[in-house]
Amino acid sequence: MTQPNTPNSDQIFSSEEITSEPDVKWQDTFHLFCANRAALLGLTFVCLFILVGIFGPIVIPADPFEMVAMPLMSPNGQTLFGSDYLGRDVFVGIIHGARPTMIIAVTATLVTVLIGITIGAIAGYYGGMVDNVLMRITEFFQVLPPLVFAMVIVAVFSSHIVVVILAIAITTWPTEARLTRAEFLKIKENEYVTASRAIGDRNFRIITKIILPNAMPPLMIAITLRVGITVIYEAALSFLGLTDPDVITWGKMIGQSRDFFFEAWWTVTFPGVAILLVVLCIALIGDGLNDAFNPKLRGR
Amino acid sequence: MKQAIIQRIFLGIVMITAVIILNFFLLHAAPGDVVDAMLAEGGGGDPELAARLRASYGLDEATHIQLIKYLGQVFRGDLGYSFYYDQSVTDLLLGHLPTTLMLTISALILAVVIGTLFGVYAALKPKGIFSNFVTVLSLFGYATPVFWLGMIILLVFALYLPLFPAFGIRSLPEPEHAVGRILDIIHHLVLPTFTLAILYLASYSRISRASMLDVLGSDYIRTARAKGLSETKVIFKHALKNAAMPVVTLAGLQLAQVFSGAILVETVFSLPGVGPLLYESIVRRDFPVILGVLFGAASTTIIANIITDLIYKYMDPRIQSIT
Repeated sequence: MTQPNTPNSDQIFSSEEITSEPDVKWQDTFHLFCANRAALLGLTFVCLFILVGIFGPIVIPADPFEMVAMPLMSPNGQTLFGSDYLGRDVFVGIIHGARPTMIIAVTATLVTVLIGITIGAIAGYYGGMVDNVLMRITEFFQVLPPLVFAMVIVAVFSSHIVVVILAIAITTWPTEARLTRAEFLKIKENEYVTASRAIGDRNFRIITKIILPNAMPPLMIAITLRVGITVIYEAALSFLGLTDPDVITWGKMIGQSRDFFFEAWWTVTFPGVAILLVVLCIALIGDGLNDAFNPKLRGR
Repeated sequence: MKQAIIQRIFLGIVMITAVIILNFFLLHAAPGDVVDAMLAEGGGGDPELAARLRASYGLDEATHIQLIKYLGQVFRGDLGYSFYYDQSVTDLLLGHLPTTLMLTISALILAVVIGTLFGVYAALKPKGIFSNFVTVLSLFGYATPVFWLGMIILLVFALYLPLFPAFGIRSLPEPEHAVGRILDIIHHLVLPTFTLAILYLASYSRISRASMLDVLGSDYIRTARAKGLSETKVIFKHALKNAAMPVVTLAGLQLAQVFSGAILVETVFSLPGVGPLLYESIVRRDFPVILGVLFGAASTTIIANIITDLIYKYMDPRIQSIT
């Protein structure tokens, strides 16, 4: 996530189809992205956030569940962002909430993308009956309101963190599946795909080594934006209390302060601003990628 | 056309059946069954009574027979019984769904209308201040959690500037006159509707700006201008209709998502919709209600999808299907 271009450029360069000269498009993209100040700002802040997630709890080892002040104290010298209804430090909560938020968002996005790309690629590549069946299944998952379905899954199974991650993935993969399918439908008409088939490449190889790398630009934008959506999604589930009870997350902090926020605005405002900032920076990266991949469409 | 309608409705019925089957298996995976719920309400019971009750409910039969029975039940409108509310789940849903639907639909319409207008206005001056405003707005629309936005809006417009009521859908005591009662409900719905609409409005304004820019560069607009039509006429009579299409299509596809948003907004504003019902039932582990909500939400989306699809086909026969 931190250096979106490198791993994929490697993939392209090592691919046997493009041996003589490197695909210039990725380098152009990289330069365009680096020239985009807003995107770099977003990237910097996201890196900062990752550092907070990794080192925050080490630098500030206080227990976020511990009562350290009078309940509902406004921001002051002792508690930077005030205290909640149980006298817990809101600032410490935000620092400690960064790691779970990050882990859940990234893992859930990976699972979502894995399901979505697999189904979309198979549907788009094989077409016909396979496509028909897979698309009907995708449609079925799209008529189930995502949050309601995720709430039901968590309620029926458990609020263990793995279940939460799977619930998020199961309810959101159709978007990626549709996007992948559309790209595959477009790319598989190209001559190099026919050529590869003519020299006897197996389907699996054509899908993963030939079509997928060429479908990457729109997918990378979608995946980046998906991370942000997942952060909000996870926050919504935590807000409703559907998350691991032992883990502190920003959404949970907002949810637990729901009955008190008229008396203590800081208990919901600061965790919310944390979510907003992180997702905003992810959006800037996504926009930057979009502009870098489609320079002609800049500013749309 | 007739064949298309029949085909679409048939697909809808298949979808609803699939939702019911999913519900059945989720209900089976859930800890405890209807007999446990009954006995828990009555303060526990002996195993023999439980076994007898299970037999009377057919819970000792093979899974596939239970599934067929369950399908028959749901198609007859029986979604089970909530022992906590002492009411059938169907009645509970019919009592709570209208509020959610009202919120979802009014927010969606508001978002489409304002979003399109914003986008069109921004497209007229692609480098102008308003165009940049649309870009920033859409970024914030993407990044703001809807439940948090609701709380901030409540703080500002119900606490610091007490213009709107903070919770519920009716004042107590209710206004006597019928018109007063309707105005009272609208007054209560303003903040939740705007909360939900703002986020979608933000993304729609960006999309409609992009499609408007595309349309404005096309040949038929040049022709319209060359004919000497006024700019207002060109934009509102010729360009707007085509520029609005992507937004309307997207809004139709996003219905299920907006429904999810409505559930969060209802929880924040304590509106008596399916959101709080679902939330309370999850806390109480009242599974018939939980799965009833899933069924209700999914079938509403399926029906709405069929309707939008048919409207599209009617409006533009070239469109095969949007879903």
